[in-house]
Amino acid sequence: MKFDTPAQTNPIDKMVVVGRAVDRIDGPLKTTGTATYAYEHREAVNPAYGWVIGSAIAKGSFRWLNLNEVRAAPGVIAVVTAQEAGPLGKGDFNTAKLLGGPDVDHYHQAIGVVVAETLEQARAAAALARVEYARAEGQFDLVKALDTAAVVGDNGKPASPEIVGTFDAAFAAAPVKLDAEYTTPDHSHAMMEPFASIAVWNGDELTVWTSHQLIDWGRSDLAKMLNIPKDKVRFLSPYIGGGFGGKLWVRADAVLAALGAKAAGRAVKVALPRPFMMNNSTHRPATRQRIRIGARQDGTITAIGHESGSGDLPGGSPETATGQTKLLYAGANRLTALRLAVLDLPEGNAMRAPGEAPGMMALEIAMDEMAEKLGMDPVAFRIKNDTQVDPARPERRFSQRQLVRCLTEGAERFVWSRRNPKPGQTRDGRWLTGLGVAAAFRNHMSGTSAARVHLDADGKVAVETDMTDIGTGSYTIIAQTAAEMMGVPLDAVTVKLGSSEFPVSVGSGGQWGAANSTAGVYAACVRLREAIAQKLGFDPASALFEGGFVRSGNRSARLGEAAAQGRLTGEDKIEYGTLGKTWQLSTFGAHFVEVGVDAYTGVTRLRRMLAVCAAGRIINPKSARSQVIGAMTMGVGSALMEELVVDKRFGFFVNHDLASYEVPVHADIPHQDVIFLDEADDKANPMKAKGVGELGLCGVGAAVANAIYNATGVRIRDYPLTLDKYLDKLPPLV
Amino acid sequence: MPIMLKVNGQSRPLSLDTRTTLLDALREHLHLTGTKKGCDHGQCGACTVLVNGRRINSCLSLAIMHDGDEITTIEGLGTPDKLHPMQAAFVKHDGYQCGYCTPGQICSAVAVLEEIARGVPSHVQEDLTAAPRATNLEMRERMSGNICRCGAYSNIAEAMAEVAGVAG
Repeated sequence: MKFDTPAQTNPIDKMVVVGRAVDRIDGPLKTTGTATYAYEHREAVNPAYGWVIGSAIAKGSFRWLNLNEVRAAPGVIAVVTAQEAGPLGKGDFNTAKLLGGPDVDHYHQAIGVVVAETLEQARAAAALARVEYARAEGQFDLVKALDTAAVVGDNGKPASPEIVGTFDAAFAAAPVKLDAEYTTPDHSHAMMEPFASIAVWNGDELTVWTSHQLIDWGRSDLAKMLNIPKDKVRFLSPYIGGGFGGKLWVRADAVLAALGAKAAGRAVKVALPRPFMMNNSTHRPATRQRIRIGARQDGTITAIGHESGSGDLPGGSPETATGQTKLLYAGANRLTALRLAVLDLPEGNAMRAPGEAPGMMALEIAMDEMAEKLGMDPVAFRIKNDTQVDPARPERRFSQRQLVRCLTEGAERFVWSRRNPKPGQTRDGRWLTGLGVAAAFRNHMSGTSAARVHLDADGKVAVETDMTDIGTGSYTIIAQTAAEMMGVPLDAVTVKLGSSEFPVSVGSGGQWGAANSTAGVYAACVRLREAIAQKLGFDPASALFEGGFVRSGNRSARLGEAAAQGRLTGEDKIEYGTLGKTWQLSTFGAHFVEVGVDAYTGVTRLRRMLAVCAAGRIINPKSARSQVIGAMTMGVGSALMEELVVDKRFGFFVNHDLASYEVPVHADIPHQDVIFLDEADDKANPMKAKGVGELGLCGVGAAVANAIYNATGVRIRDYPLTLDKYLDKLPPLV
Repeated sequence: MPIMLKVNGQSRPLSLDTRTTLLDALREHLHLTGTKKGCDHGQCGACTVLVNGRRINSCLSLAIMHDGDEITTIEGLGTPDKLHPMQAAFVKHDGYQCGYCTPGQICSAVAVLEEIARGVPSHVQEDLTAAPRATNLEMRERMSGNICRCGAYSNIAEAMAEVAGVAG
């Protein structure tokens, strides 16, 4: 199905099942421990255990590698290093190769795997590896490396700054100006399920159970690395214990399980130990951002400039932290630029809302600062500079843009009027309290997505697609979509996901999963409806599918009757035309936060949080709300605690486990409120839906930072806002 | 080394490497994979199980230390067809997303309510000698050893409040 004109009224608009806050259909499995994650599949019998050896240097090579003691250790079946593996291909999506040696590209790069009868034996044997390294000089200091970094485009290739109008002159002439620098640190996905895979070969055919967000990307890249045809790889991820972008790409566990299984001649399971993950895999790169805003006294922005620098391994790409600044606020004169430094730290790559997450952390503090300079309320300042068109190409309108309503409804609900515009004035006992706001913005992306839908004689519907559910609720919203389309109750639908044996979906990432994967199911259901109508001799165009029956004119049949002589199947994919170019498809929101900062100790506690989101049709308000509160929680982490600390001498992230890379815990998070504006975006897809999983993160950090400023009068532009950065600047106690 | 674990009411004889953790004994030897390995270092709580009625991180305990102990895992609390009230409350309040920390959260939540009922004090109690109550703050404090990176905390608090019979 080609989606190239705006959606008309369609069966989803009935919203009998779609749009309802139903419980997740996989809930009983997840809450009883019976959902099966990567390391837990038992189809591969008698598996051996692999333990990965990692590089102890960040850059250089081995002088020698002695594995004699490893091979002689109890229980060892095989050892695979780059030498045993032979030449491996490099995946399209990886910057650093997944098996290093003799050259090493980053700290904790995998350099081998030890396969043994038991986990304990493999781990003990791996510790006996002796490596003599020749360490090379590396660049680990982002600030230093940015001095000579070139301007690049989003893809990392050389480019020029993007300029609209005449930025320099307009900024110079502006009566009110802000010119400030902001920093965000390296972040780790820190998903709860470690990278894990089980691999087994049957002749030249490989089956891998793994934890991956995008089956087809993973399957293609793994085949490429192993130099085997893609159709020889069966790639399975039915349940995924979180990803946040970290599981978009094949990682060392999958490659080394496959190589280990080949060498051992049996199934091998490999999980990356938690303290190994943060340097072995990818992270969200740190940024240094400069924001300049010039405005007239009435608050009209006349010039807005946003430059961001980040680093990555050679051949890598930048953190695209300036993207939202091209679209979020009006302003005739604009400048955005990305700089990319070469660093020898582990690979930087996508983490939840790549670009916008750190970009909004900076931009939305800048907007708060600018509002204060203008003597305006920060909500009013944002409303003043709303735009309904792409500022660089005014002929392109936003398909839907209710940022102003998000801000005004949020302000009312949060009782924003209680905020004292003068910071550091409001006390509640020992607590300095403050309110903060930020806009939320994240583009919507369209992507091809296919599905197959079956109808059986008992009237049951079964959906198959290689879409994944990484906690996002895919199982449930796909079931809701099929139930709505086929006119059956939710419990008449079963959903199978995450297998390369199913039609290729858009996968989970970039908050594109929900809208596109359900649109693919919609397309497949349209085909199935046609097949059913044809079978029953009904007119496909006018047949109604409701309450388990098909009706056409005065004729009616039980849905299952169509499949009385055998299962009927519809398969199709959604593909997109140019609506996404004609229109700007984006999602919007507003975050409101209240904090208390202990006047004596400087400890910050969140008191209230509210997000108002405008993101097209919400397919399941319950799971969508969870996406948003989860993102708000991650946003609190980015504001208050999350930072991978770089050892600039040896080139690695020092705090590479869950004790020292701090993420929010129960005690940190108050009750969270989420409001979805009632929307349906007919330019997006037949579901009229967009996404919320990343929108919910964009801006939260800045809302927290702005609330801390409002509470204390201390403006901090370097994340995270740990108390060492403001304790000595708090208002005097007496 | 031979040991006997009493898991979810059943005696399970095992012969284990002395280095095998209770977590790996459950997951790799008894195939009770509901108990999750998130960090293997006592940092995340995904491996929380009840041992003789108390919650522990099973990754921080060697299996051979538990000869004869009664262990309750998530599988012992309820099944998809017969959910424990805490499991049902997690489903109702969407107290999870990816589901990986969920068994640990649920085992902890069950134990937390029991600890509060038993009068075990906590760091956030204003009066340490008074009986603790199942307030939002109290439950959040006691649940803080169980990380949920998906960020379902607000919903978990509501699920627990429902089971505890207090307003969320």
